[in-house]
Amino acid sequence: MSSFRDALIASAALLLASAGAAFAADGATSFHGIGSAPTEAEIAAWDIDIRPDGMGLPPGQGSVADGEEIFTTQCAHCHGDFGYGAGRYPALVGGTVEDLDVQSVRSGPEKTIGSYWPYASTLYDYINRAMPFGNAESLEPDQVYALTAYILNMNGIIDSDAVLDAKSLAAIKMPNEGGFYMDDRPDVHAEACMSDCRDEPKVVSNAKKLAVTPQEEAASQ
Amino acid sequence: MTDTKTPRQTAPRSAGRRAFLRSGLALAGAGAVAATGLRPGAAQAADAPDLIPEWTRYLGQGVVSAPYGKPSAFEKHVVRRTVPWLTATAESSVSFTPLADLNGIITPNGLHFERHHAGYPDIDPQRHHLLIHGMAVKPIKLHLNDLLRYPQVSRIHFLECPANSGLEWRGAQMEKLQFTHGMVSCCEWTGVPVKLIFEQLGVDPKKATWVLAEGADSAAMSRSIPTEKMMDDAILAYAQNGEMLRPEQGYPVRLIVPGFEGNMNVKWLRRLELGDQPWHHREETSKYTDLMPDGRARRFTWLMEAKSVITSPSPEKPVLGKGYNEIRGLAWSGAGKITRVDVSVDGGRNWQEAKITSPVFDKSLTRFALPWEWTGQEALIMSRCIDETGYVQPTLQQLREKRGLWSIYHNNGIHTWMVTKSGEVENVQLS
Repeated sequence: MSSFRDALIASAALLLASAGAAFAADGATSFHGIGSAPTEAEIAAWDIDIRPDGMGLPPGQGSVADGEEIFTTQCAHCHGDFGYGAGRYPALVGGTVEDLDVQSVRSGPEKTIGSYWPYASTLYDYINRAMPFGNAESLEPDQVYALTAYILNMNGIIDSDAVLDAKSLAAIKMPNEGGFYMDDRPDVHAEACMSDCRDEPKVVSNAKKLAVTPQEEAASQ
Repeated sequence: MTDTKTPRQTAPRSAGRRAFLRSGLALAGAGAVAATGLRPGAAQAADAPDLIPEWTRYLGQGVVSAPYGKPSAFEKHVVRRTVPWLTATAESSVSFTPLADLNGIITPNGLHFERHHAGYPDIDPQRHHLLIHGMAVKPIKLHLNDLLRYPQVSRIHFLECPANSGLEWRGAQMEKLQFTHGMVSCCEWTGVPVKLIFEQLGVDPKKATWVLAEGADSAAMSRSIPTEKMMDDAILAYAQNGEMLRPEQGYPVRLIVPGFEGNMNVKWLRRLELGDQPWHHREETSKYTDLMPDGRARRFTWLMEAKSVITSPSPEKPVLGKGYNEIRGLAWSGAGKITRVDVSVDGGRNWQEAKITSPVFDKSLTRFALPWEWTGQEALIMSRCIDETGYVQPTLQQLREKRGLWSIYHNNGIHTWMVTKSGEVENVQLS
């Protein structure tokens, strides 16, 4: 029996050794035969991202005036004629950097492109990839430059005679660029107290009073 | 009825069976006992029909009546729900998991919460591929069938939207657990570790420090992710709880970035680009940044911090009776495993350690339970979890003191339910 066991151990060792040999000699694994090379056209069609330093911005240009025309026909029905939003669709204009620290209970600071976004490149990138809502990636670069120009103008960032292209867009400094900092949590260090941890608790808020929860007609139980 | 056919031949289906039973009862007194198949002594049983209900009498459904099975019709209230007033359209919106009706730690695929920015597409996997390219990388194109050839791993991880519980920041607002905490789900995700493919491509995380992940939906949603995290435990997932991803969860392939903001787990993944700077796109500037009381905002708040909530009792699960009850809930942390959960039934004055009643996985939902003798009195119940880093779940007041009222995201505060004398449960906040 022990020779049988020895044979088992020996063949197991052989299997392990041969499995190891499937890995390339330099230690990196080699999954060869999987995948293919994309064409330049395939890469170009999807490589649409824009970076704050301007990387990715295509050739083209657009004026504030041209942007206003496109905005009126393609954007205003959701974002409002002046960019203040229609219904629950987002406002593009409003608020100030100075008011970002307002801590009213009723409503929060207005965070829009002009008052909150750190980079103008984000605007070009987002319009190009996602807008109009329901007809994404339908705009040409000239149109995206024009819309970007118009929306930045509505937010008081550039003048109404401005014409944007890759170079001038990348050079824009947004008012709230300095308003962000890296995550520095954990910021709250709670204790796991087990007894006599606090005074008598009082209920200060009850969701029933707001009555905004969707209700169903039939009981769910 | 005097025929002697077998019950199968005389019994019509479902509602018809009940009618048959009723007709049998009507005839019982007329001496048709033998015809209905009831034994002589069972005449009394015929007067109490529920003792031998129709399902104990007649055949049920045959196999493959439902090729893809569904829950019992008596559980049809267990569905995802949305809050219509939250968003302008359902395509850029969110739905919530019915946590109170779930058990264990796994969220069934049809109940995983949704968060879409342009609706969910119905992608033909033959017409879709994943493009990996960028800095110092030879571009590669991978179809689903290619991904399926790579070594495969399975991991159980929660996914939580950073806006989960965001409606509670300034006061108790939603009257159901589904809406206070339902933007969290947990599945077994199966796919290819990103590390394997990046290593094959020769990615140097010290040079190509960032990855842009982008989806194929019409939002083409994009997020910048540190390459180090991608090569740590990120997965290109194609399966969810055993079956291929649901369309709402990103079919045919999505990114799983364990423990990080739900938004970063890009669905319908079409592109990974290597670079050396973050892209500062819309979902990491305009959105998913946390405004602080001084007017500045935290960015790249990737980690979902430890959090817990009692799922029963809860508004959807009132206390059913005095005496023995079990308080149950869920705890999770993006930093690792849950090591302890404490429960208080007196508004946070005193706490007891709860029992962990599920397997404990890294960055996963974890079940806890505590026996509770309910005397019919009003009670303020809450849970508090601790994760393997020693981090203790804070109170909402502590979070507000640091972050103010308009941080919107990352509310992982201790949550209180008030059990009333009738056993109903309400969402409250305490002094």
